[in-house]
Amino acid sequence: MNAKQKKNLARIIIAAVLLIALNFVEISGVTRFIFYLVPYLIVGYDILFKALHGLKNLRALDESLLMTIATVGAFALAIHDDGDYNEAIAVMLFYQIGEWFQSYAVGRSRKNISELMDIRPDFANVETAGGIVRVDPDEVEVGTEIVVQPGEKIPIDGVVVEGNSTLNTIALTGESLPREVGEGSEVISGCINLNGVLKIRTTKEFGESTASKILELVEDASSRKSKSEDFIAKFARIYTPAVVGCALALAIIPPIFTGDFGTWIYRALIFLVISCPCALVISIPLSFFAGIGGASREGILIKGSNFLETLSKVQTVVMDKTGTLTQGIFEVDAVHSKNLHFDAEKLLHLAAHVERYSTHPIANSLRKAYPNERDDCTVENVEEIAGRGIRATINGQVVCVGNEKFMDELGAAWKACYKVGTVIHVAVNGEYAGHVVISDALKPHAKKSVADMKISGVEKIFMLTGDSEKIASKVAAELGIENYRSELLPADKVTEFEKILSASTGKVAFVGDGINDAPVLSRADVGIAMGALGSDAAIEAADVVLMDDDPLKISRAIKISRRCLAIVKQNICFAVGVKFACLILGAVGLANMWAAIFADVGVMILAVLNAIRTLVIPK
Amino acid sequence: MKKTYKIDVDCANCANLMETEAKKTSGVKDAVVNFMTLKMKVEFDDGVDVREVMERVRENCKRVEKDCEIFL
Repeated sequence: MNAKQKKNLARIIIAAVLLIALNFVEISGVTRFIFYLVPYLIVGYDILFKALHGLKNLRALDESLLMTIATVGAFALAIHDDGDYNEAIAVMLFYQIGEWFQSYAVGRSRKNISELMDIRPDFANVETAGGIVRVDPDEVEVGTEIVVQPGEKIPIDGVVVEGNSTLNTIALTGESLPREVGEGSEVISGCINLNGVLKIRTTKEFGESTASKILELVEDASSRKSKSEDFIAKFARIYTPAVVGCALALAIIPPIFTGDFGTWIYRALIFLVISCPCALVISIPLSFFAGIGGASREGILIKGSNFLETLSKVQTVVMDKTGTLTQGIFEVDAVHSKNLHFDAEKLLHLAAHVERYSTHPIANSLRKAYPNERDDCTVENVEEIAGRGIRATINGQVVCVGNEKFMDELGAAWKACYKVGTVIHVAVNGEYAGHVVISDALKPHAKKSVADMKISGVEKIFMLTGDSEKIASKVAAELGIENYRSELLPADKVTEFEKILSASTGKVAFVGDGINDAPVLSRADVGIAMGALGSDAAIEAADVVLMDDDPLKISRAIKISRRCLAIVKQNICFAVGVKFACLILGAVGLANMWAAIFADVGVMILAVLNAIRTLVIPK
Repeated sequence: MKKTYKIDVDCANCANLMETEAKKTSGVKDAVVNFMTLKMKVEFDDGVDVREVMERVRENCKRVEKDCEIFL
């Protein structure tokens, strides 16, 4: 609570106590009026001043002015009938309670969210001739060596030059699994160094570092307003003048015929109390802000309220295969030797030797499958034949590793494989020996993610890939994806995506790894980039950024957005509904001033509490 | 040119009013008020005196909402 909130709370309590006490005191006439004026002025003096200010600037629809007219009017009616002053004071008292609550709730959620995003580093330790000096991270130049002690946040992106440690990336990715780093590892700002001392050479300026970029992104997100917010802002502009107009009409027209001025003025005052649009106007941006904040804690960065809104309406999700659903790392899936003379182990051994010097991803996976490749075998005359494969002499034997074309040219009788994947054939001294099948492994959560998306109401899921029809159909079948497009060149992906886009009625999201699908990301209604931690290009191109590469986050993001938008809709319906109900009941004389207070303050408090729910993300 | 200013205002509708007023001020191309982060982003017309424009923005905002503040 800040000083202003404390002061206002004190005023509210004093006025409330005084008001209750006065109800037990036996006084009458002018004395009673003067006594009752005291709590009114305590709780409402600033509103009266603001009303004068509004009047001076000719702002007839100033909220304070309307409140003043309503309360002074109620006082006047009470004096006229020598009746109850409680209502007039209560209107002002509850109006102030509402304002106080709003200020408090908004302040709290601001604080909560900034705590969630507690990745801003406060200092950097720079090593100088005179020892380690603590400086503002903003002043550290690129290429400076900084020291990060255990328990401290890495302030700036860089490369480890000395030391080993584990990093906690939970604030960035929502993932609690620690990450091991050592000399040569790239590290990003915002991670917490857990155990060892690290010396890091910075590769970026503070402002360009991951932590600063993410903070900027999340803070800016709520400035991009959603359609719901625009709708409410427009509605508020019409609502207040319309209700005030009705109030005027109510105060003047019916009494001309009935002559009962007191009753109708009272009803008009009820209208003025309900005319404030605050409940609506506050709850919508608060919901979005809390929704975006809650999502960012899970490692899902949403770049604007508008994108959160669009994401909630997504009916079609188009996914890239490699790097999104699969790991993008090729692994040896099966080894088939032709005869018993060559067992699988030996085949893999030879293939790994041949690929010793190659940097091709397939070579990497072969070497990975046979870890102790650098043994005492002699590997000579390594020759790479473009579009075919590699030939090498191993322990005197000529070993050829490559595709079908290569085998045909050697005259080796190769066999096709029943397994789906990239098949690498091996021939020894011109004789066919067998083959190794390499495939891109699915991510562990890929299948669950597809199922979850369907549960959360995504109607169609497409998979796009540059791989062969055979591989694509296998992956699609395994994951439960009905629609896929295979053998696409990067440019085809855009045209294929546009076809899907024009054929679908709802909003279409595209999910990719952001590396070479930026054009598709920007064409989509919502572009989602995954595994984007540290990739500026992906953060730039996408509307939603998933910090790690777990596909489950896609369905989480959709769920969070749908829940947030459901709360926004509840608030709009509830607030508009209650206000209109009270207006109608008030006009026909069925609602009194207390109902009006509920429609104004009660609705606001309930709407704000409902909005804060978005901050809590259910598991 | 774009600049971001810290602001102080108590209610969401007042923030909307400030945004409307800031947009109306001459020299301002566009303005967005973010009530949740208490920030005002202003895009200026080319070649205007930013300081002078912001003084007028503040004056206009104060006219509609006495209690608001823009930290220049």
